[in-house]
Amino acid sequence: MSLRNNRAVLLAAAAAVLLVAGLALALFWAPEDADQGFSQRIFYVHVPIALTAYACFGWGAWKALRLLWTREPRHDLESYTAVHMGVIFGILTLVTGSIWAKISWGVWWTWSERQLTLFLVLFLFYCAYFMLRFSVDPGPRRANLSAVYALFGVALIPVSFLAIRLAENFIHPVVFTRDGPQMSGSMFLVFCICLGAMLALFAALYTNELAGKRLDARLRELREALE
Amino acid sequence: MTYFADVAALARKDILLELRSRDTLPAMLLFVVSALVVFHFSLPSDASDTASTGLLWIALLFTALLGLGRAFTAEREQRVLDGLVLAPCDRSAIWLAKSLGVLVFLGVAEVVALPAYALFFEPVGWELVAAILLANLGLAAVGTLLAAMAAASRARELLLPLLFLPLVIPVVVGGVGATVVDDPGRYLGFLALYDLIFAILSWASFEYVVAE
Amino acid sequence: MTTSEKYVTAAYLVVLAVVLLYVVLYSFKLSRLEREVAELAELAQRRKAA
Repeated sequence: MSLRNNRAVLLAAAAAVLLVAGLALALFWAPEDADQGFSQRIFYVHVPIALTAYACFGWGAWKALRLLWTREPRHDLESYTAVHMGVIFGILTLVTGSIWAKISWGVWWTWSERQLTLFLVLFLFYCAYFMLRFSVDPGPRRANLSAVYALFGVALIPVSFLAIRLAENFIHPVVFTRDGPQMSGSMFLVFCICLGAMLALFAALYTNELAGKRLDARLRELREALE
Repeated sequence: MTYFADVAALARKDILLELRSRDTLPAMLLFVVSALVVFHFSLPSDASDTASTGLLWIALLFTALLGLGRAFTAEREQRVLDGLVLAPCDRSAIWLAKSLGVLVFLGVAEVVALPAYALFFEPVGWELVAAILLANLGLAAVGTLLAAMAAASRARELLLPLLFLPLVIPVVVGGVGATVVDDPGRYLGFLALYDLIFAILSWASFEYVVAE
Repeated sequence: MTTSEKYVTAAYLVVLAVVLLYVVLYSFKLSRLEREVAELAELAQRRKAA
């Protein structure tokens, strides 16, 4: 137990340090982008969050696979927590992406931004994950259904991305050109720090959330044993 | 080879049941034609011709949902699903049989829908037919698995569209793209890829969905 | 602050707000857990006495 606590505290501390360092560097130290100016700095927040959301879904799918493989019920909780975190980071991706669209092109939403569209599809998919979980009674059945669904989600990511690229040929070809950031060395360093910060944030939140859910489950067992 | 014998037996059971009770298929046929008529009224006169293509695909999606919603109802109502699962056959055979049944129903619905579409809107080309055939496979594969999931939940018919729609967005892209674009090959190839990936995934994971 | 600076700041603040909101929600959960532990401890005490 104490080992787990130590890890949680360590992760939280690491996340705090990296977040503060990363965001401070992003706002003050990173060189200003030649084309986009100050507004490019949102990239240091938006892209790491997006990548972290993918990591969450991937981790959730991995734990889902472990559940189906080993049938150990703890993997269900781990998978669920990871997907939960993924949806939170997904919402953040959509919000920061929308702000970026507003800055860059003056609109709050644009379908021509592939990452945003992909995240919208994934967001819908994983919201349905929660609907699925809430409408099945707890137990191995629910765990199995959630696990299979989480695996489908991970398969959907590349397929959806391909679909969105193909769709651009016939769906409102509004041309918003924006080069992917051509990062200088110091920009890349700040980006990596921010990415590390978001991943550490995920790890810290995940550990806490998981501990909380496990406590919940154990308390319920205790209550049933006592009553 | 008893695997395929099981599949054939189960599929035949479903189709025979439907032929006798005749509740799902007529509903699907009527629904798809009604939807097409509604679409006529919902399209402004200056809408492009290709807009109606998109609406056809939407109509097909919702017709599929209608049919899928009933795919496991009979079993649930008579708790036959438990019996099926205990049956000495590979669980994935159940998935394959159900998917084949859904495929047949979808095909019949399209035999009615496509001429109606050609009548109401615009002629149907070979690309559309090819795309529909490929899309059917994906819709049936994924839909059957999701229908089994929904049947296990309390929300049932409410849940199936929520699970189904995000997952079949690529099918819509492939289908509409193949119909609309000059060179449909890429889109048909993409549909085939979708079918392959998700059919394998559904086949492999079905036993976890119906297991207790 | 120019408009774009405002938006960038808004984005960073949104992230901060979500994290802090999480902390708040989590503290509610913690107090609920503490309450439950207290109840269960009392239940156990009563059992022991009986």
